[in-house]
Amino acid sequence: MYELYAKILNIFGIPEIFAQMSWTVFPFACVAALLVLVVIFLVLMERKVLAYLTVRKGPNRVGPNGFLQTFADAIKLLFKEDIMSRDANKLLFTLAPIIVFAPVMVIYGLMPFTEHFVAINIAVGLFLVFALSSITTVGIVLAGWASNNKYSLLGGMRSAAQAISYEIPLVIAVLSIAVLAGSLNMLEIVKSQAGGIFSWNLWHAFIGFIVLFICSIAEVNRIPFDLPEAESELVSGYNTEYSGMKFALFFLAEYSAMFIISVLIVTLFLGGYLPPFSDYLSVILFQNILNNQALLNVFIHIEQGFWLIAKTYAIIFTIMWIRATLPRLRADQLMAFSWKFLLPLSFLNLILVATFKLFV
Amino acid sequence: MSKLKENIIQKGMLINVGPQHPSTHGVLRLILTLEGEVIRNTKPVIGYLHRGKEKLAESRTYFQYLPMVDRVDYLASFFYQAALCYAVESIAGLKVPRRAEYIRLVTMELNRITSHLLWIGSFLLDLGATSPLFYVFRERENILKMLEELTGQRMMYNYYTFSGVKKELPEGWITRVLDLCKNMPKLFDEYEAIITKNPIFLERTRGIGVMKPESGLDYGITGPNIRASGVNFDLRKSDPYSVYGEIDFNTCLAGSGDSYDRYMVRIGELRESVKIIEKALAQLPGGIPERLRVKRVNCDCKKEECEYCGFDTQLTGKKINPAVFKVPAGEATAIIEAPRGIACCYVVSDGTNKPYRVKWRAPSFSSVQILPELIKDKSYSDLMPIFGSLDVVLPEVDR
Repeated sequence: MYELYAKILNIFGIPEIFAQMSWTVFPFACVAALLVLVVIFLVLMERKVLAYLTVRKGPNRVGPNGFLQTFADAIKLLFKEDIMSRDANKLLFTLAPIIVFAPVMVIYGLMPFTEHFVAINIAVGLFLVFALSSITTVGIVLAGWASNNKYSLLGGMRSAAQAISYEIPLVIAVLSIAVLAGSLNMLEIVKSQAGGIFSWNLWHAFIGFIVLFICSIAEVNRIPFDLPEAESELVSGYNTEYSGMKFALFFLAEYSAMFIISVLIVTLFLGGYLPPFSDYLSVILFQNILNNQALLNVFIHIEQGFWLIAKTYAIIFTIMWIRATLPRLRADQLMAFSWKFLLPLSFLNLILVATFKLFV
Repeated sequence: MSKLKENIIQKGMLINVGPQHPSTHGVLRLILTLEGEVIRNTKPVIGYLHRGKEKLAESRTYFQYLPMVDRVDYLASFFYQAALCYAVESIAGLKVPRRAEYIRLVTMELNRITSHLLWIGSFLLDLGATSPLFYVFRERENILKMLEELTGQRMMYNYYTFSGVKKELPEGWITRVLDLCKNMPKLFDEYEAIITKNPIFLERTRGIGVMKPESGLDYGITGPNIRASGVNFDLRKSDPYSVYGEIDFNTCLAGSGDSYDRYMVRIGELRESVKIIEKALAQLPGGIPERLRVKRVNCDCKKEECEYCGFDTQLTGKKINPAVFKVPAGEATAIIEAPRGIACCYVVSDGTNKPYRVKWRAPSFSSVQILPELIKDKSYSDLMPIFGSLDVVLPEVDR
């Protein structure tokens, strides 16, 4: 890949040394572009899905069928005035959106989008994902504190309380997958589920799937667990005082976190980029026609991407559907639900999976 | 340590909710004292929407004041206009034809449905569920179309006049309203499916904001709020003002007085209102307007008791000239059952064409008063489920 990159730059007369320097930045630039595009599409999707679930049409003025609405919104957000209240803690106020956003960007690199499309393929991938996603909470608490606004403060505190109570069942549910796959490497976990829909971890650890799904909705602060930004109580929660690009960063982080958590659910429980059939569709359809292994590999690669995106958006649609249906929980009910119901359930799941692994 | 500092430590965190807040239903301001997330003390501040409706009456003639009354409660305009009409009619001794009374009753019940529907939407929005708001707006729109066809307005109808109503029903209006009434119970079932059995909704509302019947009566709570506490008090039953006495309907009651019961009472009232409209339209004196017009041309007997051209089939009891309309000296009170409770209008006349004094009693005012008692020592998250369930409309509080 690097040779190709250097060659392209060479055509434009850019020296070799610049190619070497920029090569390290290049993947991150790609990740950032991917992230922004994903978020822009997700926002549009959310608005459209919610609109049709609530007997409306949704955005339909900018571009064909309102397709460019979120681009217009993003541009508007970029040109907005950046307002900071006089008594805010200037350093923390500026730092908080960055702390929220940066880990999310790194997690994108850890996700196995296809077999070869993994920017950072390391042995402790799964562990790193949860380590990084917990940092986001620190940023939210900081934002709540630095805004010097009581609503923001309450939102930040709620976010911390929520993260503590939900990450424990979340991690224990995920632990069962590590037990099943015998590895923390994301690719290994996906490969261990090969062999069609019935070899997915979903069936081996069904309770774990339920727990993980509920916890991930809480992790990305969405209804019915959107207490940190409960708009009927806390106006807008931790991001009440933010505007312009800083708010855009929170927004980006929130939606990309939703995308990532859906990719994670798919990777851990729904076979990741693997097809629901025993073999790739490309293999079944084209093996005798093509007779060209290289071309077949390209097709397989595309198909892997397709399956992952399809499954991910199915999960995202379910999350949006839940948002359109349910009211919000109260803070103490949320804690009770997590500690008294989800935590024992996740332990039960772990014991069942471990027993299954030991004897089968 | 100074006294001030001690006070601050004891008082906990002061938080100012409103007047600009997403869910204070207008411009109510609440000064809350929080300990953590527990509300220790509440001070409602009202008056941000005060327009001087009572004082304005004194410098306007009765007919000039009549359209202004619609703005007292913008979600239930008919009721306040009806209250003023009943008060003035009883001072001036004007008789209202039964057909006009029935039309008033039908429009008031339609208005009650729109008001309760909007309440369901905003209450669920307070709880964090967004979809019901759009569903209720879909149904409310259908009713508003009917009312717009009848009165020319969507919110501020200005349809009643002293001794009757202003316009005849449009052609086919009755059939369309009856069609609407046929479909509505199905849609209420839809709401119940998404709301009533929802476990999170039950968790958020059951046992929250329990209003004891005694304290509710002490604060002067009326309407669905007090009926949810088990007090069987409905003016339509106990003191039938319009032609409610001629129509058979049930009063919806619930026992425990929590937010969930207030919701259930209102859902029940929606169904009852639909039945009332159906029955009232069936026994409307004179029947459908097209038929009435034809019969009246053929009849032309000018008798008081005639089925087609008698007094009871007229729209107004007496043709009044607004410019010279004078009410004899006296005073009268009219009380009616508005969607939020008892609305009361007290009019004093000194014999001129302007009222000497008009006093309004609005049910939401009492509901705001009881709020501090209901939310004391509750979580901050419970503020909106309790406040929302009381169905407070701020222009009614401030007037």
